[in-house]
Amino acid sequence: MSVLIYAENADGKFKKSIFEAVSYAKAIAAQNNTTLVALSIGNVAAAELSALGKYGAEKVLNVSNDKLKSFVNQAYASVIAEAAKKEGSTIVVLSNSFSGKGLAPRIAVKLGAGLSDGAVSLPDAGARFTVKKSVFSGKAFAVVELTSENKVVSLTPNSYKLVETGGNATVEDFTSDLKDSDFKTIIKDIVKATDKVSLPDAELVVSAGRGLKGPENWGMIEELANLLGAATACSKPVSDAGWRPHSEHVGQTGIAISPNLYIAIGISGAIQHLAGVSSSKVIVVINKDPEAPFFKVADYGIVGDAFEVVPKLIEAVKQLKAS
Amino acid sequence: MKILVCISNVPDTTTKITFTDNNTQFNTAGVQFILNPYDEIALSRAVELAEGGKGTVTVINVGEVSTEPTIRKALAVGADEAVRINAKPHDAYFVAYQIAEYAKDKAFDMILTGRESIDYNGAKVAGMIGELLDIPSVSIIKKLDVDGTTATVDREIESGKEVITIPFPFVAGTAEGVAEWKIPNMRGIMSARTKPLTVVEPKEVKTLSEILSFETPAPRGQVKLVPADDAAKLIDLLHNEARVF
Ligand SMILES: Cc1cc2nc3c(=O)[nH]c(=O)nc-3n(C[C@H](O)[C@H](O)[C@H](O)COP(=O)(O)OP(=O)(O)OC[C@H]3O[C@@H](n4cnc5c(N)ncnc54)[C@H](O)[C@@H]3O)c2cc1C
Ligand SMILES: Nc1ncnc2c1ncn2[C@@H]1O[C@H](COP(=O)(O)O)[C@@H](O)[C@H]1O
Repeated sequence: MSVLIYAENADGKFKKSIFEAVSYAKAIAAQNNTTLVALSIGNVAAAELSALGKYGAEKVLNVSNDKLKSFVNQAYASVIAEAAKKEGSTIVVLSNSFSGKGLAPRIAVKLGAGLSDGAVSLPDAGARFTVKKSVFSGKAFAVVELTSENKVVSLTPNSYKLVETGGNATVEDFTSDLKDSDFKTIIKDIVKATDKVSLPDAELVVSAGRGLKGPENWGMIEELANLLGAATACSKPVSDAGWRPHSEHVGQTGIAISPNLYIAIGISGAIQHLAGVSSSKVIVVINKDPEAPFFKVADYGIVGDAFEVVPKLIEAVKQLKAS
Repeated sequence: MKILVCISNVPDTTTKITFTDNNTQFNTAGVQFILNPYDEIALSRAVELAEGGKGTVTVINVGEVSTEPTIRKALAVGADEAVRINAKPHDAYFVAYQIAEYAKDKAFDMILTGRESIDYNGAKVAGMIGELLDIPSVSIIKKLDVDGTTATVDREIESGKEVITIPFPFVAGTAEGVAEWKIPNMRGIMSARTKPLTVVEPKEVKTLSEILSFETPAPRGQVKLVPADDAAKLIDLLHNEARVF
């Protein structure tokens, strides 16, 4: 037996969320007294591949096939499931990224495995394999037991710490038979948002709502975000009105994020908004209404006018950076 | 064009979530159930694509008889017919298996789901159906156009989007952007009463997972308020106390 971690790359590099998933998979391997095998698909340089060893992978299987240069959900799922079978991996771990969400259900079906998606903690080390995940849009957690022999677990980004084990990984080429029927989807174009910090990966997020009055007032939000190295986000009415792009909309119908810091400026804190952000580690609310519901779930707050408070915050961050 | 839309029946977004039986059961007492918002988006797009005789829309739900008001709502929005697999949805695999079994010999061109259900938030059903039927699946999509027997979709990725073409048949999980929500009109509501709703008994399937218990998140401590005229203090607290930067 072994544990297999699928290490997804972004343009040839592994993101922090992947190293988190490797650390997490290593801890699961340790619970089971077994080894951790990583699988990489696509063009990743040797030095980057061996970095997976730093977080606990003993062996890295490297699949570099021209047909698999860019992501093809069905084909990638086949390769990962095949690697799991060849390595005798009864537990497969992925990051619950957008691609991971596409892959995990297919891999689970291929392996006849139960799937614990969006795990937020290590499995219980006891006799039963139980994992905690967020349910009811952040309003509760469920403890899910996987009762099948094979298991697939996808880890929510930013919910497990990085653990450097300092080990080395051996890199081996891995080839698998590819089926033409796995290649029916074709990528026509990839449109990159901008070179800004991407919201789903961001550790710090500065977000603003209808309290900002209009799109012309986002300059100070972007300035604060830039200074902090944070991503920007917004409430639904703001993206509905076209003040900000839909990709920034967080909440029940937008994306769910769990950054280390979420600063909400001029957002009331409606339950549908909270659904996407309530698992943020630290929440800061700036709102001129002391009764705004958001204050009930905040760690820090300022009751005040955003147009006065935000410039002061920008000044304070500048001073902090200068010191 | 034959479209199947998978719909789930979920607690209204404003529901206060509580549990019974020693935190092992979701307390449905007094809870208002709705059509999952993402499924509503999938359904709205399906109805648009099928409009003007270009296709038919079937909605399918795995659920007990209590879900029928939600199914009727989907018919009122514009689906042509409905199917209910008569079973409590045990987990995503159970649901996907029942839907795949129903769909396998019906030649649907497109099977749409929501990106995720807002109760169990799994985003699993679409991929599982795709694998069970051995057809492509894409999740999560924010745009869906059809030209002949090929669809073009925008798939959400961390750094932006991918524009992908997929031949029929396929499965896709849809999110905001694919369509505007349709609000049923009086004619829709009236005609929904007479549209066919077929009840099908479930197939036997292996259990792979079990929810053992629920927990509510630890309440956050009291909010620490900083006076507006001393905003710099907030940056100091975030840096030195919360240590987030
Ligand atoms: C099915 C459904 C799904 C939904 N999904 C989402 C979702 O995913 N995400 C989401 O965000 N919403 C969602 N909503 C909408 C949600 O219910 C709220 O309407 C929305 O979040 C409110 O946005 P807001 O806080 O920006 O605006 P408002 O509610 O208008 O609040 C503006 C806030 O700004 C404050 N303010 C005003 N001026 C200033 C100032 N000068 N300085 C400081 N503060 C100021 C006000 O006191 C107020 O609290 C959904 C609704 C439904 C029904
Ligand atoms: N009981 C159900 N019956 C029919 N479709 C469902 C059911 N549960 C989930 N789905 C579909 O699967 C999607 C994803 O659900 P989930 O994997 O639970 O997040 C939902 O948006 C629905 O389209």
